[in-house]
Amino acid sequence: MSEMRRVTAICNGTAIDHIPSGHALQVLKMLRLNVGRSNPISMVMNVPSGKMGRKDVLKIEDRELNQEELDRLALIAPKASVAIIRNYGVAEKRTIELGSELINIVKCSFSNCITQNNREPLPHKLKVISSEPMEVRCSYCGRNQNVDEMVDYII
Amino acid sequence: MGDLITMDDLTNEEIIQILDAANTLLPIARGEAYLPLLQGKVLGNLFFENSTRTRMSFETAMKRLGGEVLNLSTIGSSVAKGETLYDTMQMVDGYSDIAVIRHPRQGAAQYSADAVNIPILNAGDGAGNHPTQTMLDLFTIREAHGSLEGLNVMMVGDLRYGRTTHSLSHALVRFGAKLTLVSPKSLKMPIEIVSDLKSHGAEINETEEMISSISSADVIYMTRIQKERFPDEDEYNKVADVYKLDASDLVEAKNEMIIMHPLPRVNELHPNVDSTEHAKYFQQAFNGVPTRMALLCRGLGIEVPKKVK
Ligand SMILES: [Zn+2]
Repeated sequence: MSEMRRVTAICNGTAIDHIPSGHALQVLKMLRLNVGRSNPISMVMNVPSGKMGRKDVLKIEDRELNQEELDRLALIAPKASVAIIRNYGVAEKRTIELGSELINIVKCSFSNCITQNNREPLPHKLKVISSEPMEVRCSYCGRNQNVDEMVDYII
Repeated sequence: MGDLITMDDLTNEEIIQILDAANTLLPIARGEAYLPLLQGKVLGNLFFENSTRTRMSFETAMKRLGGEVLNLSTIGSSVAKGETLYDTMQMVDGYSDIAVIRHPRQGAAQYSADAVNIPILNAGDGAGNHPTQTMLDLFTIREAHGSLEGLNVMMVGDLRYGRTTHSLSHALVRFGAKLTLVSPKSLKMPIEIVSDLKSHGAEINETEEMISSISSADVIYMTRIQKERFPDEDEYNKVADVYKLDASDLVEAKNEMIIMHPLPRVNELHPNVDSTEHAKYFQQAFNGVPTRMALLCRGLGIEVPKKVK
């Protein structure tokens, strides 16, 4: 029995499973679905999971997230599984990929970095040095980022 | 392609090639010969923060090779009026063939390199990199010892905030140096840097005591403890004068040992050291000229001949 059942089935939209426990709200923030008008979203947190012990699950109605949006999640939910739902069935499965560079996804946290001037027009760029353990470095100032705090610097 | 943002932009072979070119250019740097390799080229000298020594040595380097220099003055300019670095760089891109940038914010040099097509040389970005300083340091060491391989180098003073020693230690470790890091506890080299150096196979000895290591050193690199780094006067006074090198400390030193300092100095180097054969810091300051000549040529893709008449 899938724990996905705890969440109401949706007709059309996107289901994101295997989010690390307690991170569903951050996922919404990264997808920029936490503000203003948004589609109906159902969420469960801390449900038991065979793979992960505990996990969070999100379902977003009437919205098919594209690959670029999903790849943003690599920072906090790299192992999440994503299904595009059409007419109550899984129409497509998508995986999240951590690219080698994060462009305009998060800002460098270093207070003296050139990118702190928000009038500077070039994109925020962070290099992924390694994925396990996650090591991410600002492409401009070269500072390593605190991965746990990166979610606070989402653009 | 001709950018120089960090020392990682150069392989060991390229470092040696640039030092060789700088060596060839010495007579021109001294004004004994004239070789207008950079005639018709314009350097944009962009100092968003003061550094007289670095700015002037770039200016001399460019002019000795027949090139022209534009100096950006930030006082009362569009920069002071809040222009972005991106916009300033667009202007510079139109007016010059290569640019040198010194900026208080870290990452400014890489940002500039991304913003324009002309080559960018980083002359210091915040607490970040200052590779042209490292190159002139390497030039000075090789000039004295004939090689960069396997030297015993002592670094003394503020190793926490001093970016000069960070960047130089990385470079020296690439050539198999053994490092003795001498600093007060509060100004030790950052742990990340030390562990990074060790992971490259470096032999590193950290100590608070300077005198006992002098006899085995090939290079003593002194640095100034900067008052502005300390939150209050008392903290500064505790460490301000802990390392003072005096000529009488050097009796046990190897004959060929050299003393370096990025200058300006305060009390850490007594003037009585100046007249010893170990003192190389004024020579080091001059070496900024041939080294930067070689780097300007590299940046502009101009080959330096093997010999200069
Ligand atoms: Zn940065």
